[in-house]
Amino acid sequence: MAEKINQTQNFLKGIVKDNPVFVMLLGMCPTLGVTSSAFNGLGMGVATLFVLLMSNIVVSLIKSQVPSKVRIPAFIIIIASFVTIVEMVLEAFIPFLYEQLGIFIPLIVVNCLILGRAEAFASKNNILSSILDALGMGLGFVIALTLLGATREILGSGSLFELKFVPEDANTFILFILPPGAFIALAYLTVLFNKISTKTA
Amino acid sequence: MSKKKDTFINMLVSLLMITIISGFSLGYVNDLTIGPKAKAKLERKINALKLVLPAFDNNPVVDVQLLKSGTVKDSVEVFPAYKNSEFVGAAIIGSTEKGFSGMIKVMVGFKPDGSIQNIVVLEQKETPGLGTKMKDEKFLAQFREKNPSVFNVKVTKDGGEVDALTGATITSRAFGEAVQMAYDEFEKNKDLLMELKN
Repeated sequence: MAEKINQTQNFLKGIVKDNPVFVMLLGMCPTLGVTSSAFNGLGMGVATLFVLLMSNIVVSLIKSQVPSKVRIPAFIIIIASFVTIVEMVLEAFIPFLYEQLGIFIPLIVVNCLILGRAEAFASKNNILSSILDALGMGLGFVIALTLLGATREILGSGSLFELKFVPEDANTFILFILPPGAFIALAYLTVLFNKISTKTA
Repeated sequence: MSKKKDTFINMLVSLLMITIISGFSLGYVNDLTIGPKAKAKLERKINALKLVLPAFDNNPVVDVQLLKSGTVKDSVEVFPAYKNSEFVGAAIIGSTEKGFSGMIKVMVGFKPDGSIQNIVVLEQKETPGLGTKMKDEKFLAQFREKNPSVFNVKVTKDGGEVDALTGATITSRAFGEAVQMAYDEFEKNKDLLMELKN
């Protein structure tokens, strides 16, 4: 790569300018599926961040060894391997989180954010840029999922990170922990996020 | 950047290498985690047993009985508890597929007379904040010290005596069904369990 990349910019773009959830709208399935509480969103975000980081590193390392016609299957195998590793490690050492995230862990494989970064960034850039790209994008994903999870938990269960701040039998907006609430909350957060970020940009 | 050419041999070799490496690393991680995984599962079971059974001095996990049942496909796990060689109760895993999102598994601890000591939810995929409230003390307390032969574990809507969870009648119904199943198995096998230790 001839052009020099501004590494700070490279890292920060994933958090605000190209936020994977609020701006690029990538990886919607886990975003909508697991964010019924802030903790679940955080857990899913961190698991995805790890897979994204590892796959970006490996893809960047082997990019010149993989013929371009078979690059997609190669990326998928790499991503799927890391996801399986995450799944086994979670089940063995954090069984609580493993139970909560359930079916969504294997589904990290098809999170288009990860394949998207492998294809669009890591396969064209050096390892340092790829690591920073993965960290930025992953962190953007973590922040977005935690924010969405927190919003839904506050409205739907009247609690934040399992800490209840309404009486035990108070009526909360149950809608927000059900799937339709995920769409509504995501839509409003996206509007809000883009309003704020375009103003400051 | 010198990219490998798209020749058949190049494609074959690169994919083969990637699959071999990922295969080996997965096998390695599997070896590393297989112990802790089994341990975590066992620990959960033991903790649940301690919660649902009266004090015991045998190892129910070792004494587990796998009993064939007419109602479910798999055999039913029955954990008998003894103290000083006397039968003090049994924990039975009751299950149903009629939960709001499928399988619900509960561990029910019975005293020798058939009344419920305690219940722990082992597995569920119910709606967070609604169906998951079946794990709450308020709901479970209804079942303690009750004997399903006189206490109807169905929800009040179906003529039973259990107050359903708000907004989660299906979950409450399924929960009652799982408890009922565990009770039926207990009654069926009570005599066998009492004899076992002697």
